[in-house]
Order: sequence, then structure tokens, then C-alpha cells
Amino acid sequence: MSIDAHARVHAPTVLSHPPAQHAELGFWRKYVFSTDHKVIGIQYTLTALLFLLFGFTLMMMMRWQLARPGEPFPTLQFVVPLAAIGAIVVLISGFRPKVGTVVGVLLLVFAAFVYWVASGEERMPDGVMLPEFYNQLGAMHGTIMVFLGVVPLAVGGFGNYIMPLQIGAIDMAFPKINMMSYWTFFLGGVTMLISFFVPGGAANSGWTSYAPLSVIATAGQTVWLIGMVLLITSSLLGSVNFITTIVQLRTRGLSFFRLPFFVWAQFVTSFLLLLAFPPLEAAGIMQLMDRIAGTSFFMPAGLIVSGQIQPNAGGGSPLLWQHLFWFLAHPEVYVLILPAMGIVAEVIANNTRKPIWGYKSMVYSIIFLGFMSFVVWAHHMFMTGMGTAISAFFQATTMIISIPSVIILSCLFISLYGGSIRFNTPMLFALAFLPMFGIGGLTGLPLGLASSDIHLHDTYYVIGHFHYVVAPGTLFALFAGIYYWFPKITGRRLNETLGKIHFFGSFVCMNFIFFPMLIQGLAGVSRRLYDGGQQYAHAQGVLYLNEVMSVAAWVMAGFQFVFIFNLFWSARRGKEAGENPWEATTLDWAATPTPPVPHGNFEKIPEVYRGPYEYSLPNQAKDYAPQNELTEA
Amino acid sequence: MQIPYTVMARPDTGVYNAKAGIWLFLASEVMLFGALFTSYILLRVGAPTWPHGYEELNVPLATLNTAILITSSVTMVMSWASLMMKNFKRYKLFMALTILCGLIFLIVKGFEYEHKFAAGHFPSTSNFFAVYFTLTGLHGLHVIGGMIVNAYLWGPGSKMWKTDPQRFTNRVEVAGLYWHFVDLVWIFLFPSLYLL
Repeated sequence: MSIDAHARVHAPTVLSHPPAQHAELGFWRKYVFSTDHKVIGIQYTLTALLFLLFGFTLMMMMRWQLARPGEPFPTLQFVVPLAAIGAIVVLISGFRPKVGTVVGVLLLVFAAFVYWVASGEERMPDGVMLPEFYNQLGAMHGTIMVFLGVVPLAVGGFGNYIMPLQIGAIDMAFPKINMMSYWTFFLGGVTMLISFFVPGGAANSGWTSYAPLSVIATAGQTVWLIGMVLLITSSLLGSVNFITTIVQLRTRGLSFFRLPFFVWAQFVTSFLLLLAFPPLEAAGIMQLMDRIAGTSFFMPAGLIVSGQIQPNAGGGSPLLWQHLFWFLAHPEVYVLILPAMGIVAEVIANNTRKPIWGYKSMVYSIIFLGFMSFVVWAHHMFMTGMGTAISAFFQATTMIISIPSVIILSCLFISLYGGSIRFNTPMLFALAFLPMFGIGGLTGLPLGLASSDIHLHDTYYVIGHFHYVVAPGTLFALFAGIYYWFPKITGRRLNETLGKIHFFGSFVCMNFIFFPMLIQGLAGVSRRLYDGGQQYAHAQGVLYLNEVMSVAAWVMAGFQFVFIFNLFWSARRGKEAGENPWEATTLDWAATPTPPVPHGNFEKIPEVYRGPYEYSLPNQAKDYAPQNELTEA
Repeated sequence: MQIPYTVMARPDTGVYNAKAGIWLFLASEVMLFGALFTSYILLRVGAPTWPHGYEELNVPLATLNTAILITSSVTMVMSWASLMMKNFKRYKLFMALTILCGLIFLIVKGFEYEHKFAAGHFPSTSNFFAVYFTLTGLHGLHVIGGMIVNAYLWGPGSKMWKTDPQRFTNRVEVAGLYWHFVDLVWIFLFPSLYLL
């Protein structure tokens, strides 16, 4: 069969032959510069997971400094485990050039990087961390976790791989733009890593890069800005592609209210990325101008740094940066959480064997959430003196935006009621997401009220709050997604025992890391302190918690090694999954082979006859009805 | 493998993929320039003194440039209309004119920049010039980007007219939507920078 036979096919249903019979692509086009959404999804997933581990490593180094301020860094205790897990991954995967081998080698590179960092005199003379370097670690931990870890995993990884399968599309609407999106992201990531090697080290003004501090910072900040422009471009390309795909390529019969909730989450997320990121790009361009061309968009007149008046003409507004930054960064919070909610909804519906309770109200809530997330940004800025009228407005919108979140969470909780729940690893992670995100959300309310924020602003309470949302919240949902869809990608299940060790270990450790932060914050301990608060009288009573949190973080790293081992071991030796191991209703499981057809996904383009979660139908032979199945009533 | 609706519109949405994509992209561009315009307003309102555009900038040259850019939008539409009427030669002519107008715009802009630099006005001179150079510079980059796309559609890209005329016409339409947007940005830039 020739390629021309397909060239004029426009309607999806006409495509009845397996499209996999095209000429085989070469190695580079197939695995590296692939335009197949599944390969790109895996590329995103692995890159993001590596960046997550990298950001986690930076944080573990910070936690040493916080637990034992001024003591020499135990380089070997950090380098050896990292190198060991790298070596194990290489050994499991074999020495041929396979995905696992590449990842294993990269883990070894990580280990070498940590060694390099710890042996640098300008960073850690005699192993003792300098405050300047601590600031770099803080800024880069935040940047890497948000922009290179969680978002690329949740949107680039899961969105790319799963969303087209769930809507019955043979690929994304613009496959080449999809590839460009990944490689722009990759370049942005490399740029961020390079910034550690420029004079003065990486960006050190926090992930928020507040002006004027960031404008007068070392060269690493310029590299950070260039990296951000690349990452923004990547997410722009991605979000245009996602929205177009969902609107244009839904298969026959798949109306909007038959979309799985995961697709809805990706849809709203993409709109947030599309519309919220450009203002940060504008702000990034202006900060670059401030740093390179000497403008003063964010620079006040007569700023004196180290006894010297800055040469800028002045007249700029540091507050302007904050407005532009948070105009992105608050929707960004929802970019972090919405795909997680989508994954959790899928896993919960599947494992309670019940339809999601209140699917429509969840959909309306997530759309409303998307709108509202654009008008709450200044609740990050109550302490900037922007005036009580503005504070009152943003405090009101902040209280309003909590309503749809609560609706979604309540619907998911109620969905559990009366179900005969299967407690497999993905479900455990999804179940843990609910209370963890609950804690994260509820601790946010006092921060959203201008008066209580006066006490809590810039304390460890803030750190505890948003980490509860993102770490045991979003990350647990992402783990649920990995355990849930791993069989789709590899055809094998992840090991359940190792999965449960990973889950319970991480669950306990997460709470020992983040709950003490809330306690410290209520006691008034400020964030971003190089010594963890040792020099403050009011912090003395809660200082012992620093060691608790640090030990919990290091122990948690051990449980992540279990996960990494499981990932690569099960890919080769795991239990065969079969076609639809979870007995799911959505098209990704019900209509494609496992793993899907390399190019084109489906052997026959599916048609959809029903809603996404038709479980436990009465009077049926099996307890679920796939979306593409036409059953006689 | 052929992605559906790359050429024909999807019946229930009424657009083909690239058209949906370009409108979304333009929405994000609105946010980009919107943020810059907002910053401009905030900085200007907060400044104790701010020069009027017509005191510092060359209004006649900018008026000329406005006319040139609007002309290029007209020729862009004409090139697409020519394709719709299956007149490839006229398409070539009008597309060439569009690219030429873009080029003239940039040359005029270059003269303006040169005069400013010669008079000692740099982005670092004052926030007025910072705003002026950043906004017009970014707009200029958008013009260059559009010219590259148009040049491709005029030159090597136009081979598609023989193999898939409908898809080629779509491409020109999408490039046109972008070009009109760039034109529109200038129509906002001209009064707010030069005349106010």
C-alpha cells in the first residue's frame, strides 16, 4: 500500500486501514526528532522526571544547610546513592542504547554534577555552603520544579500521550509544532542548567525574580531570562496545539460533555498557558532590556547598591514586575493543579467502578476556575502597600475561587461513597491526593485574607501551603497517572509491591517534610533564610524541626529510588498487562491496542456512543461500558 | 497518515486546524502586546513628567509608515483573493508587493532609529525611549517574522499551488491573518507612541 492512498483522506472515519504500514522511519526520526505525539509524550515525561529529580537534589542540598548550618557538606553520602541508582538503571536496561541506558547515564551525570558543585571553592569552600550559593539553589529549585518538572510532566507528558488517545485522534493537530515545542523546552532546560556554569553562578533572586534585586544580580539572571523566554515559547506552541486538537480532532460522537474529565483539565490548562504566559514574556523582555540595554522599566531612580548609585535613568516601578509576574504565576498554580485533578478523576472513576459524581458540575467548576485564576494574582502582593481597596478586591476574588476547587474536590470525595474500591497503587496515590490537596487548599485561605496574611506572609507557612498543593498534591496525582498509564505505554504493569512501598514511604515522608513548615511559619520563621532561622529568638522553639524535615526529605529520596528501579525493571520484567488491564471505559484503554499503533494510534478510528464513565451498569454482562461500544439497550 | 481537517473545515466548528491555531496564537499575541501597553500606561501615569510623542519622535515618517503598512495589508488580502480566483500570477505580484511594503517599513524604521541614536537617544536615556524602542523593536521583529513567512510562501513554498492548491490558499490566508495582526499592533502603536 502506498502513502498516496491516504493522501486525500480528510474525514477520520474513512481511515480504515492500519496506518502503521508506512515506510519505517530511521532511528533519528523515530526516537529523537519524532512527530508522533506518543514519542514526544515519553520524551517530555522522562525529561521532566529527570528535572524533578534534579530539583529535588538541589533541595536536599539546601536541607543539609538548614539542618546543620555551617557544617561541611557530606559529599559522598549524596553522590554515591545517585551514582548507584544510575548504575543500577544502566544494568537493568542493558548496555545497548536504550531509553533506560540514557536515563541511567544521565543519573551518573547528576552525581558528577553534585560532586562538582560541592567541590567548588566559590560555592562551598571546605564543604561549607556560601549564602550566595544557597540563594542559587533556592531560585533554581523553584524554577526547575515548576517550569521544567511539574508542568512539562503534567501537560507535555500526560497531555501529549493520553489526550489524543482519549479523544480518538490519530495524532495532535500540528505534529511538527509538537516536536518543536519539545525541543524548545529542551533548549530552555539546557539553558537553565548552563546558568550554573556562568560567572557568579545561576540565578539567585528566587524563582519570582523580583526587581530591582534581579536587575542588579549576576549574569546567571540573564541566562535565566533567556531560558524562560524559550520555555514560554515552548508552552505557547504546546497550548495552541492542545486546544486545536481538542476542538478539531474529537472523533465522531465525542461531544464536549462526553469528554473524559482529564481532557477537560488539559483544555482549560492550555488556555491558561496560552493567555497567562505572554505577559511574563513581556516582563522577561523588559527585564532583559533593563539588564542589557540599561533601561529602567523596573528600576527606581537613585538606587544605591553597595554604596554606589546605579546608573539607570530611573522612573521605573519594581511593583510592575510583581504584577506582571503574578499575572502569569497565579494561573500557573492552576496549570500545576488542574491536570492533576484530571488524572485523579480518571483513576477514581476507574477504581471505584462508579460514574464520577457530579461530572457536569466539575466541568463547569473547572471552566470557572480557569476564568477566575486570571483575577486573583495580587493576593501575592498584599504586603506591597498597593492599597486597601485593591487588597479588598483581590481578597474577595480569592475567596470566590476557592468555591470551584471545593466543588471539584467534594465531587471526587462523594464519588468514593458506596463504591467497591480497588486499592491498587494508582488508586492509593489518587486517594492520598484528596486530603493532601485539601490541606494545601485550606491552608491557603488565611494567606488569601489580607489581615491574616500580614502575619503569615513570607514565612515558612507559605512554603508549607504551596508545597502541600504541589508536592503531595500534584506530584501524587502524577504518580497515580504514571502507575495508571504505564501499562498503556510499555504493555507491562509496574510492580505492585514496590509501588506500595513507594506510596506509603512517600506519603509519610511528605507529611514530615511539609507539616513542620506550617508550624514554623506560624511561629514566624521567615522563608529564604540561609541558616534556617538560627539567629532569631522567636525561631528557637521550632528550630529542632529543621532536622526532622531534612531527615524526612533524605529518607523520601530513598523511596524515590524504589520508584526509579520499579520503572525500569518493570519495563522489561513486569507482569504483562493485556489489552485493558484496568477495565476502563475511556478510548485510550478501550479503543487502542496496548501499546497503541506507532503512527495513527488506532486500528480503526473509534466512534463514541456514550459518556466517559459508564461503570456498574445494571443488567449487563460486564460492569463497564466503553465509550466506543454500542450496546443493545 | 493524514491528520483530519488540515485542508477542509470541520463541519461543526467551521474552521480548518491551522485557522483555529492561528486565532489562538493571535490571542496570546494580544496578551503579549497587551501586557506591554499596560506597562506603558502604568509607567506613564506614574511618572512626574513624560514627554509628548510628537515632541520627540518623527510624526511625518511614522505617518508614512502607517500608510505603507496599511497598503501591505490590502495587498495581502489581494494576494489571497487572487488565489481564490485561481490567478497564481496575480498572487505572486501582490505577495511580492506585500513583502516590499514590509521592507520599506523596516527601512523607514531604520532611518528613525538612526536619527534617534545620532541625537543621543538610547533606550537607557529615559523611560519614554525605553518604551519606544522596546515596543517598536518587538513590533519590528514581528514584521520580520511575517516577511520571512511571506517570502517562503512567495518563493519555495508556492510549489504547493501545483500539488495542493486548497491547502496553499489556506496557508496564505493564515499568514494573512498574522500580517493583519501585525498591522493592527502598529495602528495602536502609532497614536499611543507618536501622537499622545
